[in-house]
Order: sequence, then structure tokens, then C-alpha cells
Amino acid sequence: MNEERTSLRFLCRLFGAFAKVGAMTFGGGYAMLPILQREIVEDRHWATDEELMDYYAVGQCTPGIIAVNTATFIGQKKAGIAGGITATLGVVFPSIVIILLIASVLTRFADAPVVQHAFAGIRVCVCVLVFNAVVKLWKGAIKDKAGLCIFAIVFVLSVFLDVSPIVYVVVTAAAGILLTQMGVRGK
Amino acid sequence: MIYLRLFFEFFKTGLFAVGGGLATVPFLYDMADRTGWFTHSALADMIAVSESTPGAMGANMATYVGYTTAGLLGGVVATLGLIMPSLIVIMIIAKVLEKFRRNKYVDAGFYGLRPCSLGLIAAAGFLIFRLALLDLDAYYASGAVGDLFHWKAWLLAAVLMILTNLVPKIKKIHPVFFILASAAVGIVFAF
Repeated sequence: MNEERTSLRFLCRLFGAFAKVGAMTFGGGYAMLPILQREIVEDRHWATDEELMDYYAVGQCTPGIIAVNTATFIGQKKAGIAGGITATLGVVFPSIVIILLIASVLTRFADAPVVQHAFAGIRVCVCVLVFNAVVKLWKGAIKDKAGLCIFAIVFVLSVFLDVSPIVYVVVTAAAGILLTQMGVRGK
Repeated sequence: MIYLRLFFEFFKTGLFAVGGGLATVPFLYDMADRTGWFTHSALADMIAVSESTPGAMGANMATYVGYTTAGLLGGVVATLGLIMPSLIVIMIIAKVLEKFRRNKYVDAGFYGLRPCSLGLIAAAGFLIFRLALLDLDAYYASGAVGDLFHWKAWLLAAVLMILTNLVPKIKKIHPVFFILASAAVGIVFAF
């Protein structure tokens, strides 16, 4: 780890970047993905699309919510323990500020028709952005027929069944090893 | 000491809630039952607000519950409690992962994991799709296929698809711009 990365200035940048990501996320960790792709992968080159997918996969089956897990992963990769802590505090910082403001001022905030209409619009947009993100990640994730099968099976099952993502993550990691051993990989 | 208890309760939530922000919800209901800090209906309001404000939902909820229970400092303490297990566990995993990245079994595992990760993301996207673009209640009530679709939402989605993928200069614009524009469209056209 070089000097520049662990400097206070870099930690400030890390905090700022993740605070920005947190503030622009509307919804759960998935809504954060398009924002992460733009801010962290494309603009700052702190991680690749593949790494992002790995963090999401691991973040699915480890304690904690995905948004926080992903922030810790990237922060730790860029600047060690201090980086992990800084990025994580950054990503929750907007939540703390915004919710404290709203909770103390407007308790019936979510019931206002304006808010409901705005969020019906936002949901449509998040839907399109997540779709675009999936298309963008496709080439890096699905390299062969077996990969396509895994994608299709996980997608269909998780839409229709209420099974914990941990199950999918563990099974597909095992399948990856098995398929590689059997020589199916790459066909 | 209410702050210590809040921290501990949310530490537990962070430790056992695995996945997206909604994964914390069952733990919060359980917390309401055991501690009496807030009621179920108050929690439902808090979830609605957390979904309709910027920020990762799980962190929003921790702040809100903490604030309701013990004021400003409560909100901060609860959120710190929620993220603590992630910090500890992910740091350890990240270190291990760094070390074994080139191991052929780890590599093979990720070969299977990436399509899975993408499948889970696509499924989450599909659930938002169902919520935002389909009106299943109206369809079941009337049986008319025309009622199945939120037409205004489809129109917005089509425009967004074109703008974010096909229009050369516009598709480079930051995603948050599209989010805010969609909020405005939602308000103006009463989605």
C-alpha cells in the first residue's frame, strides 16, 4: 500500500465519494449498483465491473446489508482498514443526516401524495437503470453456456421462491468448482 | 443505558440480517416486540420513509428507529451498531480473498458466482419492475389485460431506455439526473 493512498487526503476523497453514492441511492443495495458503476468504476477506477459483481456476491451471504458490505470491500481494497471504515461511514452518512432531518420535521412525510408520485416515477427509473447495469455486466459475468444456465436458474428461482440468497451463492460457487473440474467451463 | 442497548440490538441486526436493506425488517419487528421501543404501526411508517428518502434503506431504518427511541444520538448509535458487523466480517474476508485470489478453486468458485450474482441483481430488478410497471391488483379485479399495465410508467420507461442507451450525448449523463427527472415526471403526471 503506498503512501498516497493512506494519506488523510485520500481518506477524505473516499468518504466524499461514498457519501455521494449513499445520497444518490434510492432504495436497497441494488439501486446503488448503477451509481457505483458510474462513480467508482467509470469515474474513479477504484474497482472493475467484475470486482463489483464479486463484492455483491460475497456481500449477499455475509452479515450486514449489501450497500454497507460493498462500501467496506472497496474502501479496504483502496486504503486498508482505515479505508474500509471511512468508506462505510461515508455511505451511511447521508442516511443519518437526511433521516434525522425528516424524522424531526415531517413525520407523515411518506404519506404526502407528492412524495408518493415522485417515488412511483423514481421506481420506474431505478428499474431501467438496474436493467442497463445488468446488460453492462453481462459480458463480464456470463462467459459460456453453463454461466447462462446458472444465471437463468438463479433468476427464475429467486423471482418465484422465497429462498435466502445464501443458498444460491453457496450452491453456485460449488457448481463453479465442479464445472471447472469437469472441464465444462468455457464451452 | 439506552444507547448501549440500541447499539447492541442493531449490532445483532447487522450480524444476522443478510442481504438487502429489507432483510433487516423482520429483526426490527422482533425488536419492537421485545423492547417496546416502538409499535408495529410506527415501524411501518419508518419503513415507508426509509424507502422514500435517499440513502441505503437499511441504514435509513437504523437511523430512524434509533432516533425514535433515543433522539439524535440514538440515531447515530443505532446506525453505527448496524454497520459494525459488516466492518469486522468484510475486512477479514477481504484480506483472505486478496491472499487466495489466484487459487484455482477460488477462481473456479467465482466463475460460478458471477452469473449467480447477476441473476440475483436481475431478480431484484424484476421485483421493482413488477411494482413500478404492472398493476396486478387492477388486473385481478377486472380481468382486462389493459389494466395490467401502468401505461404512464411504460411510456416513461421507454423514454428512459432510449435516452440512457441510444442518444449519444445524453446517455453519458449521470444516472442521478435521470432519477430526479423521473421524480419530477412522477409528480407532474401523478403516477
